[in-house]
Amino acid sequence: MAAIKKLKAVKIEQNHLLGIQGLSFSQISQILDQAKEFIALNKSTSKKLDILRGKTQINLFFEPSTRTQSSFELAGKRLGADVMSMNIVNSAIKKGETLIDTAMTLNAMHPDIIVIRHQDSGAPNLLSQKVNCAVINAGDGRREHPTQALLDALTIINRKGKVEGLRIAICGDILHSRVARSNIYLMNMLGAEVNVVAPNTLLPHSIERLGVKVFTDMKKGLDNCDVVMMLRLQNERMQGSYLPSAREYYEFFGLTPDKLKVANKNAIIMHPGPMNRGVEIDTNLADDINKSVIREQVELGVAVRMACLKIFCKEN
Amino acid sequence: MKEKYLINARIIDPKNDIDEIGGLIIDSKGQIKACGKKVSNGNLPSSVDKIDIKKQVLIPGIVDMRVFVGEPGYEYKENFRTLSNAALSGGVTSVVSMPNTSPVIDNVSMVDFLKRRGRDKSRINIFPAATLTKNAEGKQMTEFGLLKRKGIIAFTDGIKTVQDPEVMSRIMNFASQSQSLIMQHAEDNILAKDGLINEGEISTRLGLKGIPFLAEKIIVERDLSFLEEYFCKYHISQISSEKTISVIKKAKNEGKTFTTGVSINNLSLNENDIGDFRTFLKLSPPLRTENDRQALVEAVNDGTIDVIVSDHKPQDEESKRLTFAQAATGASGVETLLPLALELFHNKKIKIKKLIASITTNPAKILGITKGNLDKGSDADICVIDVNKPWVVDKSKIKSKSKNTPIENRKLQGKVLKTFVKGELAYESI
Repeated sequence: MAAIKKLKAVKIEQNHLLGIQGLSFSQISQILDQAKEFIALNKSTSKKLDILRGKTQINLFFEPSTRTQSSFELAGKRLGADVMSMNIVNSAIKKGETLIDTAMTLNAMHPDIIVIRHQDSGAPNLLSQKVNCAVINAGDGRREHPTQALLDALTIINRKGKVEGLRIAICGDILHSRVARSNIYLMNMLGAEVNVVAPNTLLPHSIERLGVKVFTDMKKGLDNCDVVMMLRLQNERMQGSYLPSAREYYEFFGLTPDKLKVANKNAIIMHPGPMNRGVEIDTNLADDINKSVIREQVELGVAVRMACLKIFCKEN
Repeated sequence: MKEKYLINARIIDPKNDIDEIGGLIIDSKGQIKACGKKVSNGNLPSSVDKIDIKKQVLIPGIVDMRVFVGEPGYEYKENFRTLSNAALSGGVTSVVSMPNTSPVIDNVSMVDFLKRRGRDKSRINIFPAATLTKNAEGKQMTEFGLLKRKGIIAFTDGIKTVQDPEVMSRIMNFASQSQSLIMQHAEDNILAKDGLINEGEISTRLGLKGIPFLAEKIIVERDLSFLEEYFCKYHISQISSEKTISVIKKAKNEGKTFTTGVSINNLSLNENDIGDFRTFLKLSPPLRTENDRQALVEAVNDGTIDVIVSDHKPQDEESKRLTFAQAATGASGVETLLPLALELFHNKKIKIKKLIASITTNPAKILGITKGNLDKGSDADICVIDVNKPWVVDKSKIKSKSKNTPIENRKLQGKVLKTFVKGELAYESI
């Protein structure tokens, strides 16, 4: 009981990164400033620091992930932490152990940081109530993916100098997207104007209440935008009741040079990956080095995650 | 048993439209001999038990139309003994037990078991419901006539909805001949698929799949259409949305005869209470907006909704200590039904007589039982309440076997002092 009380006190100080909701503006600035310092480091020949030496980081990925998991792993290692990635497929969870029991087991090994991705919204929140270490959300259900939004912000700042005053369009499957939600919260906090563009069937209920303008027409939604963020459309949504076909989707919601004409001529194109070329984005646009910053997002992702690990681990 | 004189009470009996200071006499068989202002303090024979109620409120024992017992199959969540203790402490003397047990109550052989266990282990009146369809699968109807003869009071698939319109229309057609009471939990499976909470801003923010109000409305509309053709006794278990109220009002204006219930949870809580993924508030039907809640309260007040139920659904802690998507649905509530309902009286939203009617007279009338009243000759099932007593809900004091109350630490006003069943004092607050 005593331990639980202590944990409650920790929670109020927000020593976990559960989502952009719950972060203060100063915390966000701190993360982004710290990440900028790591960008150069990641380009140098000697990338290793010892800031987290002696610390243990556990990656707990309940959903398959390539880029986020490897990005977190690299980030931890570059800071000198001991990183362990749990292979959920072979673990006790597949044998019916609950998330809380898994958390208690891992907690007994005294990790300093747990990075979790889970298919259920709110799973990192639940975990954070039960462990003594910092919890970082690497994506939960359709709720939040805070480090993705932070790396997107860093990429925009890197290219445009700032986020404030920009017009940002987020296009595609908003309904199922945690990336969209985290970006809506973050870009609003940083002073951007946010448009969302999607077919009605892929818009969540009351999305306008999150402070965005809603469009179902790409050319209206992209009008004079400085940033175009495309979202991945999962295969299973292409048929069935959400959309009639990939062909219809691409025609009206795929990003093509023609639709991009209405945006600001220096507009950048972003995508959290993995991409479906020819479904949500024209393949040449995706590779256009003058417009597409998709690879840069991946690069800066490591820096942002290093910053998050450092800040949330240190405070603990 | 000696005769009992309960004197100096404020007697509220909605059935007989009584709200007066008076007394109540319980005869030696545990039945009500007389009730009202004519039973006064003076000249009591010395051979009787005299109980001074001290101007507190005396009402008929509460009839709760929607209660889940764990027997058989889920005894670790609730058994008849723990349910009985929980109910009595909340002034509930009669319950309709839902058939979603393991195995489900869908055949006559199960009824004897239930009746025997209910009689041996509990002190309250158990009125068992059976499923509408075999194994609650929504395909083949159960033996309404035979089950009714065995003592089944109502038919419902409980937590499930009969989805197939053809099956439902035949059920309503067939049940009309035996005048069996059909109770529908109205939710379209496909629209509500994987849904966890009300669809709206909160579900968008929490990233939880929503259950649209349409899932409820569409089933109510469908069933009320069938009711034009098949005049069965039809009751909607609980509704949750303002839009459904409009449908019900319209149908009642057209002269259709049916009844409607609402869970006390939907009258006392809204979707905002879910906060940071509080699984104890994962309910079916889901908590909806504050607008919906207010509309439901008003609908009880104006008589559109007939009955308030606890929707008592005990869940062990393990099944709630999971992510929101994985956690079990339902809340414990039989012991807090009355105090939560009294909140609506204290807030001046519902008149006390109306409120008491919705948990006593009205459900008894729908079920066709001689409960929920203070008529001469009725069993003396009685509840004495201090309507003003303040208290705080404390999980550790819950009598139900499962402690999944959605209102932990809530400050309430009004507490049950005494509960009598068939004239015997079965519970007394200490």
